[in-house]
This record gives sequence, C-alpha cells and structure tokens, in this order.
Amino acid sequence: MSLDKATVARIARLARIKVPAGEEDALAADLSRILAFVEQLNELDCTDVPPMTSSEAMKLRRRADEVTDGGIPEKVLANAPEARDGYFTVPKVVE
Amino acid sequence: MSALTDLTLAEARDGLKAKKFSAAELTDAHVKAVEAARPLNAYITETPELAKKLAAESDARIASGDARALEGVPLAIKDLFCTENVRTTAASKILGNFIPQYESTVSGKLLAAGAVSVGKTNLDEFAMGSSNATSAFGAVANPWKRKGDNRPLVPGGSSGGSAAAVAARTCLGATGTDTGGSIRQPAAFCGIVGIKPTYGRCSRWGIVAFASSLDQAGPFARTVRDTAILLREMAGFDAKDSTSVEKAVPDFEKALTGDVRGLRIGIPKEYRMDGMSREIEDLWAKGIAWLKDAGATPVDISLPHTKYALPAYYIIAPAEASSNLARYDGIRYGLRVPGESIDDLYENTRGAGFGAEVRRRVMIGTYVLSAGYYDAYYLKAQKVRSLIARDFEEAYKKVDAILTPTAPSAAFALGEKSDDPITMYLNDVFTVSVNLAGLPGISVPAGLSSDGLPLGLQVIGRPFDEETVFRVAGVVESQAKFTAKPDGAA
Repeated sequence: MSLDKATVARIARLARIKVPAGEEDALAADLSRILAFVEQLNELDCTDVPPMTSSEAMKLRRRADEVTDGGIPEKVLANAPEARDGYFTVPKVVE
Repeated sequence: MSALTDLTLAEARDGLKAKKFSAAELTDAHVKAVEAARPLNAYITETPELAKKLAAESDARIASGDARALEGVPLAIKDLFCTENVRTTAASKILGNFIPQYESTVSGKLLAAGAVSVGKTNLDEFAMGSSNATSAFGAVANPWKRKGDNRPLVPGGSSGGSAAAVAARTCLGATGTDTGGSIRQPAAFCGIVGIKPTYGRCSRWGIVAFASSLDQAGPFARTVRDTAILLREMAGFDAKDSTSVEKAVPDFEKALTGDVRGLRIGIPKEYRMDGMSREIEDLWAKGIAWLKDAGATPVDISLPHTKYALPAYYIIAPAEASSNLARYDGIRYGLRVPGESIDDLYENTRGAGFGAEVRRRVMIGTYVLSAGYYDAYYLKAQKVRSLIARDFEEAYKKVDAILTPTAPSAAFALGEKSDDPITMYLNDVFTVSVNLAGLPGISVPAGLSSDGLPLGLQVIGRPFDEETVFRVAGVVESQAKFTAKPDGAA
C-alpha cells in the first residue's frame, strides 16, 4: 500500500509525533516501501493458523493482592522534567 | 599494550583467584584501554570511578576468601540496561539525562556476582538498527578494517558498542540485547562470540523495552566458554518479569565437553539465499565439515517459511515498539519540549526526541495496529509467526541443533547500506526467525573474508537447550581456530 501525505499526517497525529513540514513526502515514501515489503505476507493463506502471541506457552503468574512497593515519591520524581510539591507538572488541561 | 586486557574472561577469573594480579590492576588496565579506544565511540558513559570502587571491593573479597563467580571481572553494559545512579540513554535524545533509581535485574545479577562495570556502551537508538548508525550519540567504529582500506566500518547493531568494546579489548565481556539479531550480527561483524538465549531465560526487568515478545538479553565475550560463564550469572527466574521462565539455570560451562559425536545438525536449505556471497557459502560448508569431522551428522532440513520472517518481524516489532515507546511523553522523565496544550507538549517532545529510524518504526507500528488495519497486518503477522515457530518444531524432530551463517555479509562501511531502510533490514535475514520462535542462538567467529574481516557462524538450539548450543559452538570454535585480532585492538 502506498501512503499519501494525509495518511502520514494522520499516523503522526495518532503516534503523537510532530513531523516537520517538508519531511512528510520522504517519510511517506519510506513508510510505503516498508509496507510494500511486509505485504509479502499476503502470499500466505493463514485461514486456520492460530496467532502466536508469545514464544513460551505460559499462564500469567498470580500473586496475593498486596502492596509490595511504594513510599518512594522522591525516587519517582527524581527524573521529572518539572515537578512541584511532590507532583509532576503539566500544561493546564482543564479550563 | 598490557597483556591483562588480552586475557580471556576465564583466564582472568582464574588468575585473580590464584592472586597472579589484583582486581585493581586488572580494572586499571581495562579503564586505560577504554580511554585509548575512545575514537571508536563504543561507550556512551564511562564509569572509571565506579569500576575502581568495585575492584577494591573485589580485592577485599578475594583476600578474605569470599570471591564470587565473576569477582573482579571488568564488563561493559549496553546502555539499554537501567543502572542505578548511572545515566541510561538507550542512545536516544528523548531520555535526556535519565538517571535510573534502580538497577536492571540482569546488570544487578552481574554486579552481585562481583563483576566490575567499566561503562555503558553505545547502541542503535532504542536498539533499532543493524549498524549502530542510528545512535543519538554518534556512530560506533568497528575495530576491524578492510585490508588496505582505512575507511571506518560499522560494528553491526544494535549492540554495536558492546561488540566493539569487547573486540577492542576494553572489557572481558559485555551485555547485549537481541530482538532480531542485535547480539549475533554485531558479534559476527566484530569477530567475537555472542549468544541470545531462549526467550524467558534472562529477565527483561529494567531493560528499556523495544519489542517485548522478542527482546532477550545475552552476553558477548571473546570465547564460547566466556559467554557460557556470563550467561549462567545473567540468567534465572525473576518474579518482576511476567515472561521470565521458572527453570533451573545449568552450569553452561560444563556443557563444553568438546564432544558432538552422534548429534544431528540441521542445515536449512532456505538459508542458501540468491546472491549470497561465495565467502559466506564456503564458510558455511567448512562449518558443516568441521562438525562432521568431529562426529556429528549433518542433516538437510527445510524451514519453508524463512522468507516471511523479516516481513512478519517488521510488523510485530514496530507494533510492540509503538506501544512500548508511548511512555516517552515528556511528563515523568526524559526530554520535555514545551507546547501550548498537553498534546502539543507530547508531539513536540516526541518529534524532537526520536530519531528518524525510531520515528519510522513507531509510525509503522501505529499504522498496523490502527482501526481497520489490525487484522490485515498485525494479526496476519502473528499467524505467520506461528508458521515460523512450527517450521522449527518440525525440524527439531529430526535434528538436535541447526547451523547457519550469522549474517549475509561481513561488516560494511557507513553509508554503504543505509539509504534504503529495507536494505538495512536484510542484515537480520538469518537471525530474525530465531527471535520469532523464541529459540537460543549463538554466533561464533569462524573465518576471515578475503578483505580480512571476521565472519560468523550461527548455532540455533531447541528452547532452553543452550547447553547443546554451547557444546556445538565450542566445537566450531576449536575447529575454526580463529585467532585473528583487529588492528584497532588495544
């Protein structure tokens, strides 16, 4: 499938990645090439094949529903770009 | 240069035990080698002070008779493993000046075994690449060069810094991660040994995630024995990783019996690719002959879905990456580029923080998971993954291990292959199926190309049968007698 500029803009929006104006065409060409490559899979009929989600057939382990961690707000915030009074800060999201 | 940097890990371990030299001396020699090798750009962060502190502790332990398995052994850690109080970048601008407040399970196990960390090695950004060229901290140069050609060559990727660091004798071993070939291909390009163990063998906790159903940590070193020693310490069940497998870790070193008599070695016909170089084909034939001479039986096998492994991988890995990398939003850690609204902040941060290859893969992943395309791309790829895994299951009814080339070529120069993303992806054509099926695979240096570059052979095993992988690899190694060293080595 060949992607147009509008589709690239839509994907960029979904992925929350700002693509500088002027780079969309080159990106559309790159992504189209990759999609053309992966579309080789269409040669295969997989009607009765189950999808493989993990290489080891395993059940998720369970544990008691207990707090095992926490009480380390300084560590949680240690790498925050901006923090105040024990919280992460962000631009205003509610008017 | 100092002979201490030329020891194997096993020799260094035994020399320390016998008090032939101290951990401080051994560390000092390697710290100097790290400095001398700076033109290679193999390290993003050097940690000489930490190394000296750890070496002093090791000397105290050795003196008091409390030496641990890797006491005083200088290692390098791929900068994808979170290291407590040591900057961890994933070779991305988006992690900014990230200083983890915790230690990854695997690097923590190595430290707990007495290892001395000399630094954090360079890699492709978020481990996405096959040449180490996508690092935000600059490309890594392979210590090897072509005969009569001074152009720098790539070390392979994504664990290119780790492979170059080991090949250049700046450490005795290093950690890597392998999602589609990122340990085995750089090991082959740099003339060293690298093993990707079975999925679930090493904990992924604290490793910056790329594609969680494929990512697996493993060691690099200059001999098969050294990687066996390291893997034993890195592996093991960890409750903090839901895909960690609860299985006892064998003493892999004991598997190196040198005896492959009676083993059946599969030779997959689909790996004889059109246009494969004569040198690679000859090397493969030699490998088959070596194992036959040692008493193993080569068996022709078929892995019919091989050609679909890369296309399936380039749906599954980007899909998982797009989900894993959603966490880099400029809020809790890493780079933040301000914006008018919260969405602007996200988009500006991720637009400025991700490099071109990461951006491509996150966008492909977003697309194949988006409404209307999920079944056609992602679900289809997961079904093909089943077919690829089945190919191996069928093969292992007839054989005990599989022998293939590691990579379709020797190391190449920067820019020779990077114009088209697909050409770069083809580097992993022999390694990627192993990740999709979750199997163990090792690369062993087996010969030199006509222009003097190392070439590797890959041994693939059954799930959780690293012992057979090591056993076969040990025989390939002893028959290949690969003793060449790069000129760039200290």
